[in-house]
Amino acid sequence: MAVESRVRLEPLWRVRARLFLRSFRRNWALFWESRIGPLGLGIILLFVLMMVAHPILMATVWDPRVYDPIVGFDPDLVGKHPAPPSPAHPLGTDPIGRDVLSQLMWSTRSEFALGVTAALITVTIGTLIGAVCAYFGGIVDAIFMRIADLVMLFPFIALLMVLRSVIHLDLVRLALVMGVFSGFGGITLTLKAQALTVKVKPYIEAAKVAGGSAFHIIRRHIIPNILPLSFLYMMFSVTGAVFTEAVLSYFGLLDIRMSWGIMIHTAESAGYLGAFGQYWWLWAPPGVAITLLCFAFYLVGRGLETLVNPRLRKR
Amino acid sequence: MSPLVAVDSLTKLFPVKRRVFALRVRHYVHAVDGVSFAVEEGEIFGLVGESGCGKTTTGKLLVKLLEPTSGRIVLEGQDITRLRRGPALRAFRRKVQMIFQDPYESLNPRFTVFDTIAEPLWIHGVRSLAEREARVAEILAQVGLTPPETFMFRYPHELSGGQRQRVAIARAMVVHPKFVVADEPTSMLDVSIRAGIMDLLLGLRQELGVSYLYITHDLAVARYMCDRLAVMYLGKIVEVGPTEEVLQNPLHPYTQALIAAVPVPDPTYTRAPPEIKGDVVAAVNPPPQCRFLPRCPRAQDLCRTAPHPPLVEHRDHGVACYLAGHG
Repeated sequence: MAVESRVRLEPLWRVRARLFLRSFRRNWALFWESRIGPLGLGIILLFVLMMVAHPILMATVWDPRVYDPIVGFDPDLVGKHPAPPSPAHPLGTDPIGRDVLSQLMWSTRSEFALGVTAALITVTIGTLIGAVCAYFGGIVDAIFMRIADLVMLFPFIALLMVLRSVIHLDLVRLALVMGVFSGFGGITLTLKAQALTVKVKPYIEAAKVAGGSAFHIIRRHIIPNILPLSFLYMMFSVTGAVFTEAVLSYFGLLDIRMSWGIMIHTAESAGYLGAFGQYWWLWAPPGVAITLLCFAFYLVGRGLETLVNPRLRKR
Repeated sequence: MSPLVAVDSLTKLFPVKRRVFALRVRHYVHAVDGVSFAVEEGEIFGLVGESGCGKTTTGKLLVKLLEPTSGRIVLEGQDITRLRRGPALRAFRRKVQMIFQDPYESLNPRFTVFDTIAEPLWIHGVRSLAEREARVAEILAQVGLTPPETFMFRYPHELSGGQRQRVAIARAMVVHPKFVVADEPTSMLDVSIRAGIMDLLLGLRQELGVSYLYITHDLAVARYMCDRLAVMYLGKIVEVGPTEEVLQNPLHPYTQALIAAVPVPDPTYTRAPPEIKGDVVAAVNPPPQCRFLPRCPRAQDLCRTAPHPPLVEHRDHGVACYLAGHG
């Protein structure tokens, strides 16, 4: 065929890569214009920097015997713990003589791991259920929607407390439980609503006329069109996961060696939270970190919203 | 010779739920009510009527986007009414395609032109990328999007309405169907590019030997496109026949009113006041009498007592009216 030789100017994957890059650049420009999105991203990068810096500091300037976030102890300050900020300990030490800054930086990694894992699981489940419910409707839809109602009304923290007495709740298991649980919750309603607006488009009918199976239509048409919204909700899910972890750690319900929640828990169980303001370095750094990280993911989510919802754009 | 597509008393009722806790559905919209017609090979069969008369529902029944309540659809001698799954349905999907009304909504915004047109090929088992590329390029050239390589990797939002509709036509034609349901393919387009799309569809009939069911509300479009014409009113065919015959010699009062409403390009022309009054009534549980009775200017006692008149054919020209004489 004469046309055949002229068509393939470059391989298909390179065409696709170019198209992807082009749409990425356009979306990035919109994201950048939102102002709050890049701010959130900046804060997240700051935390990433803290996470990366910790092992480097431990290997170079910080003596592991003093600065280890879990088993460290500063013998120079015996009897003075919790010591206020000083050049040696920029954020002071905790009641058992460990460096607060080191704990704060070390915990960043687990907060990220927990938040992102839980959010990924939540959004994956929510997207699949939302797409399937919207496409099939009927009994499938009814079952999953009633499950979602149940999950939304369920006292989640209380459930985790009970669960903790049965299984060993470490960070990975907590991320799994939280991800799966909230995946069946309210997020399915939102994503199903979005999938319903996609389902009634004529291109879905065109795919049916072309002979596409339900699986094909859900995979190739419905999911790609709700994925931007899923991604947006992933940002908000991270916030939820970090928050829940902080609450559970504060009550000492998790088998985690160190986290921001545990730092506050340590201060509280040693009786230093009573005199408000006096031992501020024990609770303020982790408190600010929790708030700031959640805030940052929330800002990124709001920034992405302008991409997903064109009505929010300025022009 | 048996026709390519034969439709026999096709009926589609849509249940209407009046109350939330209604246990039984008591009301039905009679969207398509006992419609019969046949489309010959290579023919363009027009379906005209106003909004809500059941044209699009008929089209969707024919491509099996909807399941009929009763009636039969026969394609090339094979009854496809009860086809549900399996290789037989797959073969049917390759033979029968549809072109949708709105080219802005019928293309997935996340698909490039290539993705959209290659999708049916993939579904029907063309796994070789080179073959898909060649076939997409070939059909793009046939629908007038040349050179194909400049269009292949564009997104719908980068195309004009006419170009989008050409892509949608290419998607329908790429599997070389025998029969295509075209649901008002030009009604959403600018007047200036309608003729181009219509000529393209006529040209593809010659090149690919495809037959159309052409759905439109525009009599001028129907006259340009169709070999034969059926006029629908509230789910019933009220008149059917060769296009020129129906338009020059309309027998049903509804067809006559439709033709009288066609704009005349003459500023001094004064239109006679319309004979028919009122609006289309809802097709929910319609009374058994003639569907057109509430608006008919010539209704007689017979019309008020007898059931809906049957479609009586005389030399290819059929009409469903007790009073229409075959002169």
